[in-house]
Amino acid sequence: MGVKDDDSLDEAVEALSDSVIITQLDSMISWGRKYSFFLYPFITACCGMEFMSVAGPRYDIDRFGAALPRFSPRQADLLFVVGTISHKQAPILVKVYNQMTEPKWVYAYGVCTVSGGMYDNYATVQGIDTLLPVDVYVPGCPPRPEMVLDGLIKLQEKVANTKGQLELASGIAPVGEADDRIVTG
Amino acid sequence: MSETGTGLGKTVAKLFAKTKTIIYTHNQCGDETVVVRAEDILDVMAYLRDSEEMKFDLMMDLTAVDYLNDPDLQPYLRKLKTRFEVVYHLYSMEKNHRLRVKVPLPEDKLEINSVTSLWRGADWFEREVFDLYGVRFLGHPNLKRILLYEEFKGHPLRKDYPKTKRQPLIGPRN
Repeated sequence: MGVKDDDSLDEAVEALSDSVIITQLDSMISWGRKYSFFLYPFITACCGMEFMSVAGPRYDIDRFGAALPRFSPRQADLLFVVGTISHKQAPILVKVYNQMTEPKWVYAYGVCTVSGGMYDNYATVQGIDTLLPVDVYVPGCPPRPEMVLDGLIKLQEKVANTKGQLELASGIAPVGEADDRIVTG
Repeated sequence: MSETGTGLGKTVAKLFAKTKTIIYTHNQCGDETVVVRAEDILDVMAYLRDSEEMKFDLMMDLTAVDYLNDPDLQPYLRKLKTRFEVVYHLYSMEKNHRLRVKVPLPEDKLEINSVTSLWRGADWFEREVFDLYGVRFLGHPNLKRILLYEEFKGHPLRKDYPKTKRQPLIGPRN
């Protein structure tokens, strides 16, 4: 700021205090982002029922500004992966993630998305972090609504504490080169 | 073995008695089963579908069993070096009776004639058995994987498929 004199700054703050908030651009953007998640619910299995109960009026994720699901990934910034992801489903999930605009976050909902869960078999992806960068892991089969809300609050904290929000908007490499993700074992 | 069944198995066995078509019949709690030689499956199935006394117009289910290293394998199956068995479940809506047809297959000759020419509904069942067990159905119109993706290697419901084996993940398809 151009004001060098402390007294005159104080005066300016006092004069404007009713109508102006002084903050850093970073924290203001974070604050806005953490209260305006637009979900893309990628629902494949029984966790979807629990997701509905969280999204409904009783638990009400609207309180956290995350009420409005977008059914196009291009309008969403929070990918809710809800339910078991099979190897056959994996390319679709990656495609949806790649179509989302940045900045974007991924929420692994339920133990199947976190680690494959009890499906330790030929058909199931052993955790979606083999496919995408994940921000919040919420295990449980299914997770309690309170856990889901807790995960959402933790994601809000993460978003609020992210520095360099303006730089984040460009330069993240797309996920999904098939050759990089070969898992053997 | 109960004797309260419909006797269908024995009827079929009697009809094909001159050849070695029917390997075995039994009747468990009234559920009739015939075990048929692989090369005669189309003849037997055509008879079961079309003859007046059978009239099996509905193919309810087609699946397979892997008997790899099974200590309880029945002696007659062991003698035939059975590795897999293809199992057909038939139902007659007109006669309201059922029959189970089983076909033992050795590991070195995993092929059998398709019954899609008799029941169109067998199409996807046979593809599923091919996908998960690797049994080839000769004369099938479109024998390719149905549940798994084409890049998948092996047949996961076989007993010797490693439980924890991981397949290459497939990339996004545009």
